[in-house]
Amino acid sequence: MIISVASGKGGTGKTTVSASLAAVWKRPVTGVDLDVEEPNLHIFLKPDIVHEEKVYLEVPRVDESRCTLCGKCSDLCQFKAINVMGSAILTFPEMCHGCGGCLAVCPEDAVSWGTRQLGTMSRGKSGPIDFLMGSLRVGEAMSPPLMRQVKDRLKCDLARTGSDAIIDAPPGVSCPAVNAVMDSDFILLVTEPTPFGFHDFQLALEAFAPLNIPAGALINRSGIGDDSVQRFCQEQGIPVLAWIPFDTDIASAYSRGKVIADLSLEFRQKFSQLAASIIEQIGENEACPK
Amino acid sequence: MPEVVVISGKGGTGKTSLTGAFAHLAQDLIICDLDVDAPDLHILLSPAKRSTHDFYSGNEALIDGSRCKMCGTCLEMCRYNAVRTGHDQYLVDPMRCEGCRVCVDFCPEQAIAFPARHCGQWFVSSTRFGTMVHARLFPGAENSGRLVTLLRNRAREASKEEDSSLILSDGAPGIGCPVISSLSGTDLAAIVTEPTLSGLHDLKRVADLCTHFRVKVAVIINKCNLNPEQASGIQDYCRDKGFYLAGSIPHDPEVTMSMVDKKVITETADSRIAKTVRNTWENILSIL
Repeated sequence: MIISVASGKGGTGKTTVSASLAAVWKRPVTGVDLDVEEPNLHIFLKPDIVHEEKVYLEVPRVDESRCTLCGKCSDLCQFKAINVMGSAILTFPEMCHGCGGCLAVCPEDAVSWGTRQLGTMSRGKSGPIDFLMGSLRVGEAMSPPLMRQVKDRLKCDLARTGSDAIIDAPPGVSCPAVNAVMDSDFILLVTEPTPFGFHDFQLALEAFAPLNIPAGALINRSGIGDDSVQRFCQEQGIPVLAWIPFDTDIASAYSRGKVIADLSLEFRQKFSQLAASIIEQIGENEACPK
Repeated sequence: MPEVVVISGKGGTGKTSLTGAFAHLAQDLIICDLDVDAPDLHILLSPAKRSTHDFYSGNEALIDGSRCKMCGTCLEMCRYNAVRTGHDQYLVDPMRCEGCRVCVDFCPEQAIAFPARHCGQWFVSSTRFGTMVHARLFPGAENSGRLVTLLRNRAREASKEEDSSLILSDGAPGIGCPVISSLSGTDLAAIVTEPTLSGLHDLKRVADLCTHFRVKVAVIINKCNLNPEQASGIQDYCRDKGFYLAGSIPHDPEVTMSMVDKKVITETADSRIAKTVRNTWENILSIL
């Protein structure tokens, strides 16, 4: 099973929760960092990286000797990545989404695949936890194509090893966040009881609703702000699976890259309980199919 | 007029709370919320909308079931796995469709329509600190980069109309498309970080991005008392890189309390933190 840890608002504690959940997970598990723009899970899991590879997007390369400047490719391209300008054909690889339309439409077979580096994918091991991370190249604008390739790799790995996965998703509620969580069995939404936390929590629920994936909330830094998130969850019947109090010891341990579940027996039990609640939620959902 | 964008790399470092305070401190400015994905600045500024506009970006494929012969061409050609094979028809999953038009062009039955995608709304509003340009991308929608560019252009127009002396923008977290769109033509990126390993890691990536696009950087260490050792590590990093350190602001529960009251921190009290925020803003102005 795949559990995604997501949030609308950034900095609510996704990575803290992902690392701690992975640390207490009873079955074999892979910790996956899909927050490719700013991946942080490795800071906490401290994996030994055994393999790092560059990840590319296929973008068009034009053989000018074959190109007749017919313009079919630029008519089709929706991203202004290939263009006939006067007597020249120009490509703008950084605009390309890799749809392959230009290649398919060219009557002269003048277009072939070149590449643009999206970033890197790293794999490693942190004790018993398998680790997989995507990291976007600084200057690259598009994160979803890199995330898709990391997810493809994850799918292969999980099929082979039969392990579970905990995905640390990017913040926000637009395409990268939705891309990250769309194939999971459960979404854990980490929020905080502040007006910003509450507002973005509602946006996240709205964005993920069409996916029809069971979800629950974790309220981090409870004790600050107000109780509007909690009341909202009660009214809407969204299960709140855990509360983590605001605590300067936790904040300080976090700042040093410590896994919260390793701080004390109490925290370990809290996260074990959270893991059990997630599995229970997934089970209940399977018992009553939609 | 100079343009300042507040970004952070890492989310939750306090970008929006500080942008709100800066908007209060600055004189005759245009305020812009470029975190179109999960905007929060309006919670502090309670904007009154003067105008509302629809935002369309790109298109999406839509299969006409009555014409589709289920030949499989679209299924085979879609590089985004967006074509789903339903019970007795093919469907395009709008969450996966990138709007590339390949399936539309290659469908032998011409059974695929390609309507424009309504992605959100944008607004020009009045706030107690000045005109605000902001937006709401529909949850799950894409192309926030294009919306960011649109908002910035609109903010520039508003700035010309009002002869304002500054455009102040609240940026998105991360280093991807919306952040890149918020940097082009910006005079200064004020990067808000926090003294944690994640904060420093993410600061480095977003500062590299600014350097890559030749945008001047100022760094603000928020919640600086959380881990003084990490805070001094960030100071060392700034010194090494030649980044201006505009301020170090301690953690203060008052920031959350003023957020609950829908006020910015410099409005609620003449406390020590308000003074530090004020100094930080003056430092930013001094290097513009």
